[in-house]
Amino acid sequence: MLTFEYTRADSAAAAIDLVEREAEAKFLGGGTNLVDLMRETIERPRALVDVTGLSAAIEVQEDGGVLIGAAATNTALAEDRHIREHYPMLARAILAGASAQIRNMATVGGNLLQRTRCYYFYDDAAHCNKRRAGSGCDAVDGFNRIHAILGASEQCVATHPSDMCVALAALDAMVHIEGKDGTRQVPVADFHTLPGDTPQVETVLAPGELITAIALPANPATGQTYRKVRDRASYAFALVSVAASVRVEDGSIADVRIALGGVAHKPWRATKAEAALRGKAPSEDAFRAAARAELADARPLRDNGFKIGLAERTIVAVLQELTA
Amino acid sequence: MSIVDEAKATVKGAVQGVMQKAIALAPDSWIPGGVPDPLIRERHGQTGRPVSRIDGPMKVAGQAPFAAEFPLDGMAYAAVLFSRIAKGRIASIDTAMAEAAPGVVLVMTHRNAPRMAAMPPFMSSAKAAGGNDLPILQDDRIHWNGQPVAVVLAETQEQADHATSLIEVSYAADEAVTSFAEAKAQGTKPGEFQGQPLKLAVGDAEDELAKAAFKVDAVYKTPRHNHNPIELHAATVGWDGDTLRVHDASQAVAHVAWSLGHIFGIGEDKVRVTSPFVGGGFGSKTLWDHQVLAAAASKLAGRPVRIMLSREGVYRIVGGRTLTEQRCAIGADADGRFTALVHTGTVAMTRHNAMPEPFILPARSAYQSGSFDLRVDVAYVDMIANTFMRAPGESVGTFGLESAIDELAVAMDIDPIELRLKNEPEQDPTTGLPFSQRDVEKAYRDGAERFGWTERPKTPGSWRDGEWLVGMGVATATYPYYRMPGGAARLTVDATGHVTVDIAAHEMGMGTATAHSQVTADRLGVELDQVTFNYGDNVLPGVVLAGGSQQTAAIGASIIAAQTALYTELLKLAGNDSPLAGLKPDEVGGYRGGLAALDDPSRHESYASILSRAQRDSVSAEGTPPMPLELQHWSMHSHGAIFVEARVNAVTGETRISRMLGSFDCGVILNPKTATSQFRGGMIMGLGLALTEETMFDERTGRIMNPSLAEYHVPVHLDVPEIDVIWTGIPDPHAPMGARGIGEIGITGVGAAVANAIYNATGRRVRDLPITLDKIVD
Repeated sequence: MLTFEYTRADSAAAAIDLVEREAEAKFLGGGTNLVDLMRETIERPRALVDVTGLSAAIEVQEDGGVLIGAAATNTALAEDRHIREHYPMLARAILAGASAQIRNMATVGGNLLQRTRCYYFYDDAAHCNKRRAGSGCDAVDGFNRIHAILGASEQCVATHPSDMCVALAALDAMVHIEGKDGTRQVPVADFHTLPGDTPQVETVLAPGELITAIALPANPATGQTYRKVRDRASYAFALVSVAASVRVEDGSIADVRIALGGVAHKPWRATKAEAALRGKAPSEDAFRAAARAELADARPLRDNGFKIGLAERTIVAVLQELTA
Repeated sequence: MSIVDEAKATVKGAVQGVMQKAIALAPDSWIPGGVPDPLIRERHGQTGRPVSRIDGPMKVAGQAPFAAEFPLDGMAYAAVLFSRIAKGRIASIDTAMAEAAPGVVLVMTHRNAPRMAAMPPFMSSAKAAGGNDLPILQDDRIHWNGQPVAVVLAETQEQADHATSLIEVSYAADEAVTSFAEAKAQGTKPGEFQGQPLKLAVGDAEDELAKAAFKVDAVYKTPRHNHNPIELHAATVGWDGDTLRVHDASQAVAHVAWSLGHIFGIGEDKVRVTSPFVGGGFGSKTLWDHQVLAAAASKLAGRPVRIMLSREGVYRIVGGRTLTEQRCAIGADADGRFTALVHTGTVAMTRHNAMPEPFILPARSAYQSGSFDLRVDVAYVDMIANTFMRAPGESVGTFGLESAIDELAVAMDIDPIELRLKNEPEQDPTTGLPFSQRDVEKAYRDGAERFGWTERPKTPGSWRDGEWLVGMGVATATYPYYRMPGGAARLTVDATGHVTVDIAAHEMGMGTATAHSQVTADRLGVELDQVTFNYGDNVLPGVVLAGGSQQTAAIGASIIAAQTALYTELLKLAGNDSPLAGLKPDEVGGYRGGLAALDDPSRHESYASILSRAQRDSVSAEGTPPMPLELQHWSMHSHGAIFVEARVNAVTGETRISRMLGSFDCGVILNPKTATSQFRGGMIMGLGLALTEETMFDERTGRIMNPSLAEYHVPVHLDVPEIDVIWTGIPDPHAPMGARGIGEIGITGVGAAVANAIYNATGRRVRDLPITLDKIVD
């Protein structure tokens, strides 16, 4: 049996200390992904440090921003009145994911760290550089309809499956991280990494570092939404998703934020599209040109070429809706 | 085949042909069902009432035990290790670490498994139930990616699961054929189904097609599908000496008992298989490797064993529906009457089973045509043996056929319902047999009115609601009436007038026990709560497969036969002092807790009175129905019209079904409540077939890559709209109770109805299932 120690941490410092002591220790949130992966023996931690007892508070800060304790459940965040009112794209993104039961268990911190749904990652009989570095990637020439069109590498074409993170990336949220050497903050858009030659590395977290909170900046745009495109009406991962907000002043776009899900190894902040739109008058042509600018670097695989057009049309539709 | 074999086959075929002709031409009264079941006239009884399932409260209270819930003393838990290559052999297998792991009782491989005969594959003999014909853990050969190579028994499931991960296997792979294109290139063979070639030609269809005023000619593709009953395949088994006890999840208890007896060389009377509750079967709960592995490991360990496959395990060792590639071409004259109907194509199959998905079955009887060319060819792939899955043949065959008819209606610019009704046959178009009952037109007219078919946009793409394009589609549902040989039942009446039915039939959640308790109450003239229906046990009478939608007819005919035998016994016991004196069994019927003369209900005596005078506690009688010759005397088919309203997002291509209606013509509906659920369940499964379900079979390795409910997409609640279900309720005078089975027809026609609705919504014709968004928008 793959046995492991289970400990509940009562403070971030204690949790970090516990994980430091065991080389193959992991933090445990709601367990909705990690425990599944343990059952499949893809993850084999020797120790689990349960951090669900740490801060789950959702607090409005003096500057108007919001600090979300990493142990807050997905449901709690999606149902929070302030979030629904001021950050609706975040509430929508969360509710577009998983099922009610899973959202009730899953934590905000854990959501950031969920792993890909690539079929070959899940099958121990397959070659996967995430599971065994250097073993190869069966997805590159295999079933890759759900895989990445942006930022992929020869070593890995997997996507990050989260909905919530796409909204967080668009909102310029910050990840609060604590380690034995202190605390630091990383923008969500920079938190996940592209696969490159090390697809087994998925975030900038150093060993032993703990996500303690997510901070949402103040004064989000009023026009914002999250749209998810998928194979069935519920309980399916995004083929493409778009989180966006637009602020139009005096007939031109003063601020625009766009992030894409289901297209890359990380929530994809569409900075090229944003740059193309800033200062422009909102129009379908401008939206389409911006989407194309973002997708110019997209590379289709055997089965996922449709995602390029789908992403373009979905971006345009979302921006039209927000500026209508 | 040698010349002698060929000659023998020809003679056999000729004899069968003569017999078939004789049965077709015999007077109705010689044929089972020739005299309509008197129950059809019953208007005030239990039959036809929406009685709630009698097993409902037990299930809600958790008191209905399933196969993996029978604890046996000293029981060990089994886990299975699956092969990772498609073909070849095991070069080495090291079990030492697994054997040394905590809690492990034993590890069984081909080196130490008891000697067993190969699985007897389905239809190879009357009671064969195996999914393939391969020996199980008897040699080092690998035949498919996922085949069991080892079983671990341990004190807990977790210990067993873990120990399988400690087994080191190395394989010597052989060249495998895992691509369909390669399999076809290696040559195909004509398919056979139920002993008959899947090939039928009437006239020169190609010639007629070439001359036709209107024609369509296209290729339709359907992918592999996997079985996903909510209850995982499981068994709890134990040996008492050389007697094997199996708590199974089964839709074929008698078949499984016989087959296990054959495999272990002990005879079926040494095998007891029970299956009181089954969490869905759909054709998958027959005999697969897991029951055999559990029994073999139990024998080796000298302990009872529980095996429950993981969801992945079900994908690895329980076969599903195979892929089909169908050409469907229809030629029509200027009035829309079919002059040619071509439905041909190729399916993937293995060399270790015999189940070519018979997609031409609907085309054999659904429409009149001047000529036919129907054929299924088989290409051999090294994969898990495919098997029966709800309406094998019809579910995917109606996708090709009913899409093609829709395409023809578009080409001719006429309403697709009118085109279908123009081609309603007066008798079976390929056998010439009279229909037993066929009211397709009523099903269509009633359905169209209720669904609001006249609101359908005449021009595709013309109905828009914001981003959503809306359209309607329709297709014919069809499934044959079957009754298989082997039925038998025992009826017992006790001194309180309580009636017990004993029959080795199955309850997989569809309401069998409830519906047949209702029927039995009416036949015997007692209240519903005076009937006990015993089933799911191979020691009970009958060999009653819950498959082919034949169980209702098989049980019905068996109970009729038992009823006659019981009346004979009761009349004997009643003797000359009874008001019933002198009456023959066919002159009496069940009435008010006893028997009464059919023509004079005042000549009546209660069961209690008869038994009391005879000083008996109870009386039993067993009956065996006649061979199902009605199938060769009439063309017996159920039909339906499936209506679908689809909404397709113009931006994303996402399809959402907003309304569905099934209008069915299946004879008498025994229980409207359970029947509605059956129809709805089938239609929901049809939605999966249409829009989301696809087994990802990696053609490089022969491995199934989405063996989980997360990645194999069955419809979720949000995908399922309100589903309206209606029926004609017109009795089939030649079927027991006037009823034809309804378990499978719901899935048929749905794929095409959805595709046709999507065409109507968007103008985009998709001929390749499932219709995912990438097939609709570029």
